[in-house]
Amino acid sequence: MSRGARSGERELSEPGAPRAVVPLGQGFETPLAHRLAEKAITGVAFVAIAAIVLIFVFILKEALPLLWETELHGEIGGLDALFLPKQWAGYAEAVFVWQPVGTPSKLNVVPLLVGTLKVTVLAMLISVPAGVGAAIFVSQYAPRSLREVIKPALELLASIPSVVLGFFALIVLATWMQETFGLAYRLNAIVAACGLSLAVIPMIFTISEDALRAVPRELSEAAMALGARKWQTTLRVVVPAALPGIAAAVILGFGRAIGETMVVLMASGNAAVMELFDPTTSARTVTATIAAELGEVAQGDPHWRVLFLLGVLLFVITFALNRLGAAVIARLHRRLTAGVEA
Amino acid sequence: MRTLLAILLALSAAACSGDGDAAGRVSVRGSDTMVILTQRWAEHYMRAHPEATIQVTGGGSGTGLAALINGTTDIATASRTITERERRNLRRNRDAEAHAVPVAIDAVAVYVHEDNPVASLTLAQLSAIYRGRIDDWRDVGGPPGRIVLYSRENSSGTYAYFKERVLEDRDFASEAQTLPGTAAVIHAVSRDPSGIGYGGIGFGGGVRAVPIATEGGDPVAPSAQSALDGRYPLARPLLVYTAGEPRGTAADFIAWTRGPRGQSLVEAAGYYPLPRVRTAERVTR
Repeated sequence: MSRGARSGERELSEPGAPRAVVPLGQGFETPLAHRLAEKAITGVAFVAIAAIVLIFVFILKEALPLLWETELHGEIGGLDALFLPKQWAGYAEAVFVWQPVGTPSKLNVVPLLVGTLKVTVLAMLISVPAGVGAAIFVSQYAPRSLREVIKPALELLASIPSVVLGFFALIVLATWMQETFGLAYRLNAIVAACGLSLAVIPMIFTISEDALRAVPRELSEAAMALGARKWQTTLRVVVPAALPGIAAAVILGFGRAIGETMVVLMASGNAAVMELFDPTTSARTVTATIAAELGEVAQGDPHWRVLFLLGVLLFVITFALNRLGAAVIARLHRRLTAGVEA
Repeated sequence: MRTLLAILLALSAAACSGDGDAAGRVSVRGSDTMVILTQRWAEHYMRAHPEATIQVTGGGSGTGLAALINGTTDIATASRTITERERRNLRRNRDAEAHAVPVAIDAVAVYVHEDNPVASLTLAQLSAIYRGRIDDWRDVGGPPGRIVLYSRENSSGTYAYFKERVLEDRDFASEAQTLPGTAAVIHAVSRDPSGIGYGGIGFGGGVRAVPIATEGGDPVAPSAQSALDGRYPLARPLLVYTAGEPRGTAADFIAWTRGPRGQSLVEAAGYYPLPRVRTAERVTR
């Protein structure tokens, strides 16, 4: 602390040319501790950024040799076999197949992307209405006493480890859904999506609720004063004003759903079927595939490289969604404030 | 037999004192089918040899062999034989030949729900079922209804064995659900009247193991007798792999598992002990 401060003092007390006024922020040097703290915080921020960049570089480094190591191409039936249907020996037609063990390794990533998309979209179809609906109810309608029960309860739900949610989906939810709806497959995409929703709903709820409660009271009071009913105020004034926050909640929830591993690994059945629309069939997601298979492959094997390629795809998809989300939020925000900052 | 063991013990003691052997620390990784058995072996072995530390983890035969190739385990347990590619990778990464020793015999049972009336299946029917060519129980003598396939993760030795032995290296139907471990398969089948699954006999309970017939043969139920005399078509040796000849504590541990004490634990874990003749010979395939 004090070398900087002391030198500042000395400068001031120096006899000579009189200085009547020392402008704020000049003359005094920032204390060393402050400067160190600033540097440290900047450093931490850079470490975080560097970590993200390095992780991406590392994953890319393991995946990229797929492009030029031609001896790998022979083992996987050519690069196009990773993304396009291929007629393998013993198959009647060109198909998308994920069967990494065998010769040649059939490593088509499309069934996994389809599985991920299916489970994630289903989970969002459940979570967004439930989470946003609960947020609207709790922030606008629920009496204080009820709100103080619901909010902590949902936040507690958010803190349950996903392996526990997965276990619940695997043992309880799967049996119940099969018995209730007579599903052919006990473990399937919709069971996994329901399990996933338990992780995503609290997230969407908490952020949306905060956004809804942050809407200035004057807006709703003005609407009420103009004779709007409670529901009109809520739907036409409060919700639109909170839309950027709600959009952020949905995007964060989507990121959580697409990246979640344990629940889908346990409850989806993990069959890599090419079926986009039937929610009652099994699904194998990208995350579950990486988790289940990465431990078993030898480094440098085509299977190893393709698992890293899946990691790259997941990274790119999540990143693109986040950027898109940020753009949407910014646009909504501009439209709501009509370009004028409050 | 006893002299062989004594010689091995003496050799391993010599090797121990020779290269230090990291204070008798051995890591064992691999087959989920074998993990309970291996843990029991490790416990009893460490009780008898307090200076040794045997660390056992599962993950699947492929996981264990990958760890052996990557140099992160001393011994890999496997319920299948090593593939040509793995053998090549081991040569490339560790500059060593894969060394296999059988330690027990396991039968892969085909499980159906206990209420499923199907009397037996032939290997050809089983193959057609798992390849998705037969998808209704009616076609194999059961009640009409869709067959729901339960399979294992592809890191599993049981998966690889089943694929090689039953499917003759053709692909599983993509509808086959992959579950982590034989216990999970049995749990799933026990809750699904239309389900079929496969897995080690050591885990049985709550489901029925279907007798299996080879082409033109009689159906045979899995049992110690039928697995040992080779009549049951889906019996296999359980193996341990090392990179090159095992040395030090690892060699001693492997020899111990094949001895009378180790083999008595095999029976207790629900597998079949090695036949007397095979105990002495080494398989290097």
